Amino acid sequence: MPILEGEGVTKYFGGLAAVFNVDFDVEQGEVLGLIGPNGAGKTTLFNLISAALTPKSGVIRFKGQDITGLKPHQICRMGVARTFQSVKVFANMPVLDNVVLGSFFGTPTGVSSADAVREASGLLEFVGLSAVKKARAKDLTLANQKRLEVARALATEPELLLLDEIMAGLNPTEVAQAMELITRIRDKGITVIMIEHVMKAIMNVCERILVLHHGEKIAEGTPQEIATSETVMKVYLGEKARAGG
Amino acid sequence: MDFVSVVSKRSFPLGSLLLILILLATSPLYAPVYTVVLLTSIFMYIIITVSWTMFSGPTGYISLAPAAFFGVGVYASALLGFVLPLPAIIIIGGLASSCLALLVGALTLRLRGIYFVMFTFGLVELLLHFVLWWEVNITGTTGRVVPTVGNTTVYYLMLIIFAILVLTAYLIRRSRFGLALQSIGEYEEAAAHTGINVTALKIITFAISAFFMGAAGAIMATRWTYIDPRIAFNPLLSFMPVLMAIFGGMGQLYGPIIGAAIFTYLEEFLITRFPYYYMLIFGIIMVVAILYMPDGLVGLMQKLWKRISEAKHADT
Amino acid sequence: MIVTILDVVIAGLLLGGIYALTAVGLSLQYGVARVLNIAHGEFIMIGAFITWWLFAAFGINPLVSLAICGPIVFIIGFTLYRTLFTRLRTSSASPAAFEGNSMLACFGLLFIIQNVAILIWGADMKGYSYLAFPVNFGGAVFAANRLITLGFAMVIGSVFYLFLARTRLGKAIRAAAQDPTAAGLMGVNMKQVLALCFGFGALMAGFGGTLISMSYKIQPTMGLEYTVIALIVIVLGGLGSIPGSFIGGLLLGLVGSIVTYIQPGLSLVAYYAIFMLLLLAKPTGILGK
Repeated sequence: MPILEGEGVTKYFGGLAAVFNVDFDVEQGEVLGLIGPNGAGKTTLFNLISAALTPKSGVIRFKGQDITGLKPHQICRMGVARTFQSVKVFANMPVLDNVVLGSFFGTPTGVSSADAVREASGLLEFVGLSAVKKARAKDLTLANQKRLEVARALATEPELLLLDEIMAGLNPTEVAQAMELITRIRDKGITVIMIEHVMKAIMNVCERILVLHHGEKIAEGTPQEIATSETVMKVYLGEKARAGG
Repeated sequence: MDFVSVVSKRSFPLGSLLLILILLATSPLYAPVYTVVLLTSIFMYIIITVSWTMFSGPTGYISLAPAAFFGVGVYASALLGFVLPLPAIIIIGGLASSCLALLVGALTLRLRGIYFVMFTFGLVELLLHFVLWWEVNITGTTGRVVPTVGNTTVYYLMLIIFAILVLTAYLIRRSRFGLALQSIGEYEEAAAHTGINVTALKIITFAISAFFMGAAGAIMATRWTYIDPRIAFNPLLSFMPVLMAIFGGMGQLYGPIIGAAIFTYLEEFLITRFPYYYMLIFGIIMVVAILYMPDGLVGLMQKLWKRISEAKHADT
Repeated sequence: MIVTILDVVIAGLLLGGIYALTAVGLSLQYGVARVLNIAHGEFIMIGAFITWWLFAAFGINPLVSLAICGPIVFIIGFTLYRTLFTRLRTSSASPAAFEGNSMLACFGLLFIIQNVAILIWGADMKGYSYLAFPVNFGGAVFAANRLITLGFAMVIGSVFYLFLARTRLGKAIRAAAQDPTAAGLMGVNMKQVLALCFGFGALMAGFGGTLISMSYKIQPTMGLEYTVIALIVIVLGGLGSIPGSFIGGLLLGLVGSIVTYIQPGLSLVAYYAIFMLLLLAKPTGILGK
């Protein structure tokens, strides 16, 4: 049974269909890439899955359960976590506190303060932020803030992690580090869906790729299939060159 | 707020706090009546200001309703003053205010903050109109008398509510819920996605803060003895706590306390010396504070302290 | 029976005209200049008191005072924006912080203006009689000054609508209301436009105050109620929609008239009931986005 399914998911903004009749399923443990030109509806789809928005029509199921219409905190506790395209860390709080919140509230069962701090410290080590544990989140570099968002998301003990353009604004070294982090997350058994424009990352890390254009799914397949698909190439003519893929 | 060092027990001047509490508890025995009465007023403003800060500080949702909640408590005393003992009235006043806060919160806290501001702003005027209409048309009274209790009793009651509030505010701040409230103020959407039920947390905290305002109102009514709707529902009581909190500084717990103490004393002074100018002066202070003191007095002191200690290190 | 209905409806429009005018003012200040001016009622009060004073001291016709009060209050509003709020805009960390800070600054202004008014004119109620003779209109009787109030509210509303629709400055204001960044990029002098909007908002308040003083008694503390009503109207009309505020004002005036007919003293309670319904069902209001 796929861990996440979507049938006919549709969302309008005013008269414009941001996401139109999209079907998808995500197998447990896989790393799925979600690509498409700007405005294709990728982040909107994430927002629909994480319940930041409600679909106009269609159904989304997580582990077989219908999650359309639930609130974001409920989805989070069920095991879906995400990061944001424009980084939304809690700027004036220390790095550790950011993550500890995930441990406290992101899981369905309670946890003691000491355990939460221990878990959070462990996660900071996992993403490589132990050195800046006590710093204010706003004092971190962009790359580190993105790591912090990942740590915070992981603190909620997700089975499914949605990463929204985690590599945007990173230099090549940081991109390689991010790719490696995603692989380690996958190795923990967490299913990952990632929106990305950095083609190198998508092609190397993802096992399957879904392509959106003007809110509709236009292609789906392995990286090899997508790389050679005429439909995709037409849409991406120019985008590929720009992303340096 | 550093949760880690809080968890590892940050050193707190507990000794000096206990000393202050003992001094306050025994002051009616040796202090002049004027001081006791002044301290009671200071407690009242501290209670309203600290409870206001408890919610509006971390979340950034600016409530303009303190006067309404306080007024509900005052009216509880006005209605039940001769029927029930004062401690019961205080609880009822507090609970009634909480219920009102729950209603207001449920209506407005699911929406953007601006609706909350607008709704709470008009609340005191609404209650004034409603109670006025009720008193004129239904009950036929235009003023009510509240039984008096001695100055000392009022003082001790306020001291107790003050102590409970400060303890509550402190515990909330240090707890995971205080952290969650702060995250709501930083990035509400991200907080929701981290598993925090933001709406429920906002509403509950708002209701808790309203309880103390109502309780304070119920007690103070006994000092005013004569209550009519205009006395109970006074917009100035929404303005003063906000001014005190902003001036004092909302980053630390003691900021609003300092602000409240300073302004209560200032108000006493101005009302006696310049009775026609105090609203003007407070209004000007508010504008100045918004413009030049974003972190309040506490923030200013912290900056000053930092500058002094940096200068010291520069010399070495 | 029909006469009574006509009575209530027209009384509603008279009241609504004032509500509409003042709400349009607040809508300009919040919708475009992004200042939730909770001291709006105090500007109304200033207009009312200057009118009364001009009439009582110099015998100046209130309708002429419209041309005096309006500009005075406009200048106060414009200057406030150019000094206080522009300063706040730069010192605020974000647009959301600016909204909060400017609202609080207005809270301070509320008490400053009220106190100044009390110092100048005293705290008692004032009033004057102007064109108070009854006029027969379709079988119902109305005071002439109230009809003139409605007339002027309509005229001012229409003139302003034409201003927004036809003139260059008006279009700039509409652009700034829709999308401030784009408007700035298109060459609109945002600093000037925002200050003008705030000033125009105050202008509407001043006009409203003059018209109110013709029909009602006035007091330095009268402002708060009008501010609260204006807030409800802009929510009813839809935050950010200037025509919405106008329609909302007229609607709320009708509601007020009906409620006053059934149970005088409960009009504000009725307005708040509508406020609550809006929050539950449609916070974006009638014409809001």
